[in-house]
Amino acid sequence: MLVLALDTATPTLVVGLAEVTSARVDGALLLPAQRTVEVRSERALPSGNRHAELLTPAIREVLAEAGVPMRRVEAFVVGLGPGPFTGLRVGVVTAAALGDAIGTTVYGVCSLDAVGDGARSVVTDARRKEVHWATYDEAGLRLSGPGVDRPEEAPVTDPVVGDVRFAERLGREVVAAEVTTTGLLRAALPLFDRPPAPLEPLYLRRPDAVPSVTRKPVSQ
Amino acid sequence: MSQPLVLGFETSCDETGIGLVRGQTLLSDALATSMAEHERFGGVVPEIASRAHLEAMVPTVHRSLADAGVTLRDVDAIAVTAGPGLTGALLVGVAAAKAYALALDVPLYGVNHLAAHVAVDELEHGRLAEPSIALLVSGGHSSLLLVPDLAQDVQELGRTIDDAAGEAFDKVARVLDLPFPGGPPIDRAAREGDRAAIAFPRGLTGPRDATYDFSFSGLKTAVARWVEGRQRAGEPVSVADVSASFQEAVVDVLTAKAVRACRDHGVDHLVIGGGVAANSRLRALAQERCDAAGIVLRTPSPRLCTDNGAMVAALGSRLVEAGVPAAPSDLGADSSMPIDLISR
Repeated sequence: MLVLALDTATPTLVVGLAEVTSARVDGALLLPAQRTVEVRSERALPSGNRHAELLTPAIREVLAEAGVPMRRVEAFVVGLGPGPFTGLRVGVVTAAALGDAIGTTVYGVCSLDAVGDGARSVVTDARRKEVHWATYDEAGLRLSGPGVDRPEEAPVTDPVVGDVRFAERLGREVVAAEVTTTGLLRAALPLFDRPPAPLEPLYLRRPDAVPSVTRKPVSQ
Repeated sequence: MSQPLVLGFETSCDETGIGLVRGQTLLSDALATSMAEHERFGGVVPEIASRAHLEAMVPTVHRSLADAGVTLRDVDAIAVTAGPGLTGALLVGVAAAKAYALALDVPLYGVNHLAAHVAVDELEHGRLAEPSIALLVSGGHSSLLLVPDLAQDVQELGRTIDDAAGEAFDKVARVLDLPFPGGPPIDRAAREGDRAAIAFPRGLTGPRDATYDFSFSGLKTAVARWVEGRQRAGEPVSVADVSASFQEAVVDVLTAKAVRACRDHGVDHLVIGGGVAANSRLRALAQERCDAAGIVLRTPSPRLCTDNGAMVAALGSRLVEAGVPAAPSDLGADSSMPIDLISR
């Protein structure tokens, strides 16, 4: 099964095309661990806040490099964050629109699940001097999170992977790691034999807005 | 041979608008709005609007297709508002439109929201006379434009130097305890009021002021001061009279400057667009003054004055027809896209 994965939850834009063994082989259901992921082409671009500008060109390049037309993509995987909202939505709405346009399924995964592997804690930049975090067991299953906290209060344990700029405030070593195509697909493997869930970004924070109760007079 | 079918995306503020146009024929105009969610904040909250755009996007596209009786496969080109507007809100539409264009392998046009407010009139009243003068008034914009060629040459004559006209309506509505957005309730209240009851200031109408620029901030403050003065003195405040007098001050300046622009440029066609163009007094006074000056006035029906996807599709259709190059693949959003950039 040809799967196109994309993620815009971090400053690194990730797009990859992979061949994933089907959920069923000769009628027998395969466990996620028995399935294989073979990445055919991928891009990881440091795109800052230019996700909207660079995402569709990157998708076009990834497909062209693999010689696969868009209509042959059999499923999409998209990182639902957590991550800075504006960039995050670019990826989610792009995946939703692509899936809709070619009539195929879109699966959403937690973007932190796609950073590093095995037993670990993951931290990424949540801005406002906070981190997005999650913790994982030896099998790579998420134990806690995703959450958003000040680094000092994030309940992470060694080894920590992700954004190394937070090492000092975490008081721990952080091994550099980013979202990868392989990581996104690994996180999506258990989802492929289920009906897809609605694509709701993992915002974790409410919009900043204070209801207006009273109006300030203009004159004294 | 039939004309190209254009799908338009509008997400510059709080309306998710998806419209379909073939040539100058309106086929559908689906809308989802987050207006009610902003009401308790007294104004549009960008993050709330952006979240709502994402949720509404695919369902609204499908409502538009169903209303028009077409499928995505029938779409020949896509147009999307690239600016001006709220960056986060614009980006949801831009990203969605880019994805649909990529998957459907059709050209994409990133269009100017203000020019689209002018283009929408063609869906109801046919080809715009060129040149025309356009007055665009909404919650985010107040501009006077000279339009020699809607697809390729739009020039800004003037704009608001502070608040947009619609913003002034919202702020005065708060002073009067009327709901958000302020335009419709003020318009209603004003029908029972005396337009000449209170002499509110007409901004930038002095001999040395910029001929085509607008200012509504001082007016808004003057209304608030007047109301507060009455309240402090324990005197009753007639919401109808304040609404009518405030509204008259706004539409007096808008129409006077629009007619002046027509005269100065020897143009005998005026088109008024944007949400405030739905205001009944603006439409009436503009008609009166245009009739007196021998100017042909065109105003889209109120439904098409407010933000919608059909207006974006309408401008996209003009761009296709004029053979304007499609957007570069790195199209993004431009929150302050200048009006002389009709598309990119």
